Amino acid sequence: MNFTIGTLLAFSFAASLIAIAALIWAISTHQFRITESDARTVFGDEEGGKLDDPTSPHSDSHPSAVDPALSPEWRRLLIVMFVTATAWLVFGSIFGLIASLKLHLPDWLTGSAALTFGRMRTMHLNSVIYGFLSLGGVGAALWLVPTLFKTHLHKPRLAMLGAVIWNLAVFAGVIVIGAGWNDGLEWLEIPWQIDIFLAIGGACFAIPLLYTAAARRVNHIYVTGWYYLGGLVWFPVLFLLANLPGVHSGAQQATTNWWFAHNVLGLWLTPLGLGAAYYFIPKIIGKPIYSYRLSLLGFWALALFYSQVGMHHLIGGPVPTWVVSLSVVQSVMMVVPVVAVAINQHTLSLGNLWAWRESLPLRFVALGAILYTLASLQGSLEAVRAFNTVTHFTHYTVAHAHLGAYGFVALVLFGGIYYMLPRVTGRAWPMPWAISLHFWLVVAGFAVYFISLTIGGWLQGLAMLDATRDWLASMEVTLPYLAGRSLGGALMTLGHLVFAANLAVLFFGRTRRFEDDSDDVATPATATSTGA
Amino acid sequence: MNRVLPLIVVALAILAFATLLLVAGPAAQIRSIDPPEGLAPYTAAELRGRNEYISLGCVYCHSQQPRSPEQAPDVLRGWGRPSTAADYVYDEPHLLGTMRTGPDLLNAGARLPSRAWQLTHLYQPRAIVPQSIMPAFPFLFEAKEQAAQGDVVVKVPARHRPEGKVIVARQEALDLVDYLLSLDRTYPAERTDLRDNGFMAQEEDS
Repeated sequence: MNFTIGTLLAFSFAASLIAIAALIWAISTHQFRITESDARTVFGDEEGGKLDDPTSPHSDSHPSAVDPALSPEWRRLLIVMFVTATAWLVFGSIFGLIASLKLHLPDWLTGSAALTFGRMRTMHLNSVIYGFLSLGGVGAALWLVPTLFKTHLHKPRLAMLGAVIWNLAVFAGVIVIGAGWNDGLEWLEIPWQIDIFLAIGGACFAIPLLYTAAARRVNHIYVTGWYYLGGLVWFPVLFLLANLPGVHSGAQQATTNWWFAHNVLGLWLTPLGLGAAYYFIPKIIGKPIYSYRLSLLGFWALALFYSQVGMHHLIGGPVPTWVVSLSVVQSVMMVVPVVAVAINQHTLSLGNLWAWRESLPLRFVALGAILYTLASLQGSLEAVRAFNTVTHFTHYTVAHAHLGAYGFVALVLFGGIYYMLPRVTGRAWPMPWAISLHFWLVVAGFAVYFISLTIGGWLQGLAMLDATRDWLASMEVTLPYLAGRSLGGALMTLGHLVFAANLAVLFFGRTRRFEDDSDDVATPATATSTGA
Repeated sequence: MNRVLPLIVVALAILAFATLLLVAGPAAQIRSIDPPEGLAPYTAAELRGRNEYISLGCVYCHSQQPRSPEQAPDVLRGWGRPSTAADYVYDEPHLLGTMRTGPDLLNAGARLPSRAWQLTHLYQPRAIVPQSIMPAFPFLFEAKEQAAQGDVVVKVPARHRPEGKVIVARQEALDLVDYLLSLDRTYPAERTDLRDNGFMAQEEDS
């Protein structure tokens, strides 16, 4: 048995190494038909070379003009996606803040089961992952994929149906979790009966995007498109297999659980975030990414290694040694795609610091991309057995999860939404100062959040490993840091309320009216190019 | 990278490879094992209590997977011997957990076998452990003027209950305690090959 399993482990690792070597060979000998000029795809028919930011007074982009390619159905769809995503962000933040406060105020709001920590925390996670991040990320894809393919969104009504079904399903999921009905698995709490509707909603997003990809008017698929297409086919497989009722049980179910849960980050949220970052950073700065061919390595290495890292959540647990070791090794190998992406995105953004000063959307996106690098390198470190022994079962992991999901994906989405909505609505952001306030509130709040939990979690882990100290010491040592996390979380929530208020004024305020005739928004010069 | 179909096919193939390794591989090893002799299936009441545990989200603070002595002092804390896949054959869904904001509970029934202690602790943890940050679950109980026949009265210090009332356990609380008391994997470990022995290996090699 040991021989066959050891062989299997060696085989899987060798297969990954061979695949990555073959990929490097293929890239260096130009086997892929891509060239550095393909990196300029983001600029469309424009030249690039100058700042493109509808929120900046120094940019040529005209926020008052709706993107002429947008059909009315497509516009309505994008507005619904971003507005509902923002609503989920606000709800999710409030649930999260309540859960955080309850950890150091345990006798606060104990009267109702729906308000207990275990339910609030779970309503928070599902609201922000399946509500905010998924809707916002897919919303960005629904705009970027057709834009990069120089066509319009095909089947926008189907996608709108998807937006409605997805929102209702997340809503139903969060409500039933509050009422006490859940599947009992982390990241898979929404009952499978409701998951069916999430799957249908997801298909309603995927089909229009695949039709759009098939009808594209450019030969080359820009790197953003790879990540989006990958995420779109990966997520349904993950979601369906993990939710199959009556199939999984016991320790085996734990492996499926963490195969799913880590892939939701690696093969769903990460592609949504990276796809957007690969577009917005060069687009706003007006210069292509550093090395387009390197982005190939980043994408395929991510697919190869990330898909096998999930078992690092079960280090020291009741699952076979070989599968844990496999995930530990692949987690460390994740350094390869992460560094590839880092070289591409950070050389561009850090080489153009003027753009950080000039553009708030870029600040969000580029900072988010940097935090992706940090979160991933930290994740590789946390998978190392010796390190994991301290951090496993502690708040350190919670801080890390937020560095990835919030520091990276949420920040990229904020920047993306600030960039996209003026194009979608034809209106400038009514309160430009609020964008800056939002940025500083969430950056300061998240810094407090992350540093508190990281230190508190590390001390917690050390105390738990010290046999001379009572276990209670490992809980008590975290208390000031848990309070610090609540403070950070409150600042972040405040930032989100500022963001939501800006969004509300954009739609309902008097500052710059929405075009009266929303069905006829094309400017004369480009009316003929409207596809829908 | 100019065609959609090959990209999708390779992307799916990579995921299939990972699924084979992380899902199918462990399933082939774990799903065929026999239940240990010392482990009984859950009773109906214990299962109801287990659902209560799931519904209240206890898993987000309590793990159920003691680590090996080579890795951590879990055994010394009374949490039990390192668990193996055989200890979970009746667990659906699994409740291994990933946090220890509270202690590990795989052997809670063996470590804290008093029903009265468990009920008081669920009603108000701080009545027993003053510095505890566990939520109180008063909604699993009823505050009555007087206990009726058949009521399970919970011992709660006066400062932690409404004045002049007695605290009576609802069925949910009784079920949850039934489940907690059923958590007992003190029988000898079976299938010790089906756990992460990566830390033991280091000891043996050196």
